[in-house]
Amino acid sequence: MTSTNSTLNPAGGASAPPAGLRPARRRPSSRGAENRRKWYEIIGLTTPAVIVYVMFVLVPMGFAVYYSLFRWRGVGPPTDFVGFDNYVLAFEDPIFLDALRNNAIIVVGSLLIQGPIALGVALLLNRRFRGRTVFRLLVFVPYVLAEVTVGIMWKLILTDGGTVDALMRSLGLGGLVQAWLADLDVVIWTLLFVLTWKYVGFAIILLLAGLSNVPHELTEAAAIDGASWWQVQRHITLPLLGPTIRIWMFLSMIGSLQVFDVIWVTSVSSVRSLGASATMATYMVDNGFFARLWGYGNAVAVILFVISFVAALLFQRFLLRRDIQGAITRRVN
Amino acid sequence: MAMKGRAGTVLALLTTSALLAAGCGGGESEEPAEEELYKNPVTLTWWHNASQDGPGKTYWEKVAKDFSALHPTVTIEIEAIETNQLQRTRLPAALLTADPPDIFNAWGGGEMREQVEADYLKDITDEAKAEIENIGSAAEIWAVDGKQYGLPYRMGIEGIWYNKDMFQRAGISAPPTTFDELNDAVTKLKAINVVPIALGAGDKWPAAHWWYNFAMRACSVDTLKKASNEAVFDDPCFVKAGADLKTFIGTNPFQPNFIATPGQNDPTSANGLLANGKAAMELMGDWNKGTLETVAEDKAALAKFLGWFPVPAITGSAGDPKAALGGGDGFSCAKNAPAECVEFLKYIVSPEVQKGYAETGVGLPVAKGAEGGVADPALKSILEATTSATYVQLWLDTAFGSTVGNAMNDAIVAIFAGSGTPEKVVEAMKAAARK
Repeated sequence: MTSTNSTLNPAGGASAPPAGLRPARRRPSSRGAENRRKWYEIIGLTTPAVIVYVMFVLVPMGFAVYYSLFRWRGVGPPTDFVGFDNYVLAFEDPIFLDALRNNAIIVVGSLLIQGPIALGVALLLNRRFRGRTVFRLLVFVPYVLAEVTVGIMWKLILTDGGTVDALMRSLGLGGLVQAWLADLDVVIWTLLFVLTWKYVGFAIILLLAGLSNVPHELTEAAAIDGASWWQVQRHITLPLLGPTIRIWMFLSMIGSLQVFDVIWVTSVSSVRSLGASATMATYMVDNGFFARLWGYGNAVAVILFVISFVAALLFQRFLLRRDIQGAITRRVN
Repeated sequence: MAMKGRAGTVLALLTTSALLAAGCGGGESEEPAEEELYKNPVTLTWWHNASQDGPGKTYWEKVAKDFSALHPTVTIEIEAIETNQLQRTRLPAALLTADPPDIFNAWGGGEMREQVEADYLKDITDEAKAEIENIGSAAEIWAVDGKQYGLPYRMGIEGIWYNKDMFQRAGISAPPTTFDELNDAVTKLKAINVVPIALGAGDKWPAAHWWYNFAMRACSVDTLKKASNEAVFDDPCFVKAGADLKTFIGTNPFQPNFIATPGQNDPTSANGLLANGKAAMELMGDWNKGTLETVAEDKAALAKFLGWFPVPAITGSAGDPKAALGGGDGFSCAKNAPAECVEFLKYIVSPEVQKGYAETGVGLPVAKGAEGGVADPALKSILEATTSATYVQLWLDTAFGSTVGNAMNDAIVAIFAGSGTPEKVVEAMKAAARK
């Protein structure tokens, strides 16, 4: 068990011996020259990327924070400084609190629904059977489709008297027919379903990739020792899938916090503005652009960023720590 | 060593980005507007909202080409942008920069007031005197404090589009002129198992327009003017509008699931219901003729049954029964646009160009002398109603500006959803006015 862990750990075997060890035998001057060359290389190779990152990520982020401190409708330069008023206003707005609640539902719902489904399907698809490739492709199709396409498609399927309603009526379930996208209590669950449909394929593909890293010798050895299929999965495959599952959880959580396009396209704008299907991102666009509250919209953007950032940090600190050891955190020997 | 190197990198980066930022900032030079007209070659950039392929878009292309033929020094570059994108994102962002488009869509009202206060728009009061006079009172919507900052090219009022056949089958002899008669008609239409009124509340504004009309009937013209200019909503008539609306919704005149029904251009939308004989009425602006045609399965049948009547009056209310709610599209020139821009704007609203515009059937013209271009009977009746209205109030969400307008529409939709109250609408408007 422990021996396989090192192959899964990205920092385990591949990294070169620390650069500081070699120059001990060299003369100080050539050591300095090499050091300088190393720095030229680092600067030369990273500068373009860093410039792009600074210009298109850090600078706009700085502007967002700056603008969020103004009462500003986007006409003329911002002049009306209000400090943190916009932040206070956001947390006082029941619709924003609805949006936060909806984001929480989507984060938790995605993890709890997609995870088990993806795991089950991945384990099934990992066995050898006819047409396995076709199934793997089909499972991935929703993820490849553009968000807007998916949104419009489900909007048509779920519309009043649409495919879903017709199907349910023909199955004698007419009594269960809802206003899927209009009922204020139902809409968020409908959207959660659509999001699950859209993104579960991604989880499956990720887990299949993880499964291909599980060495055959281990499962074979276990089978020879008399372990059942279930016991093999439970005691060998699942523990070895841990890093993949955690990475997927991380991506899913961040995606769920920032979810915008599918919600924007599928849900109806009136229902969104009543809070029933708003997320932080749709709330930001509705207020920033459509109500032309640019300062306020920036404040919401900053809140969204801070929440995502803190969630990402906490996740890395507590759940991803072992997986990314040496890559982001300091090396532990 | 390592620390020093890192500090050096950071410094290098800061310098580089500072240089880049400096590079981006430069390069703005405005040519003086004092030059004589049509002496120097100029290029006018024109942003309009006729973005869908159709007669509207082709007509503007023709107008630009004709103007360039008349004045060879002027080149016109058109960019057609969908309304929401144009109004909410592209234009505000472009106006913040040193290089906005020269001539662009302007909707008048509160938003224009903000643009004028930010010194974005060209004052055309003196140059366009004759045109303003020929357009008449409608031009007022594009004026701020008595100065003209834009001119409309399309204007119309709202009314109720209805199915004449259904009215006949339900035994309704004449279009309702009061709300009591309208309620009566709703009852009769229900009796023959027809959806009385189609409503696209999914897009919010079609629902909000019902409240606007109740406000038009409950509030005096002076109250509405004061609300538009000063963002004051203390008059109890605004609460009454919500109460009247609530009562009206209580009679269940709309189709089921109206809260998620889209407004336009979709077979499942409110105007799809009217166009395809599934509902008897729809409250909508003058442009609805065109949108009904795009969603109608049988255009000939639509042409036969479609009728229009003005929004009914409420007996014994403070509002002027002959006042109407409406709006239009106009163009403004950017503050630093060349003088040719104003000449082009005047050309667009000249009776000949306006007549051609009316002939496309895209909208009703504003200039006198262009009436001949309107052929359709329903549109003709709207044009007559528009010219005979004692006062045309601009759509309230435009008149109050998009911040108040958006909050107002959201709060009105909440009434439709059953969670809002008449008081909350006014509270939301007041709160938004402070944002």
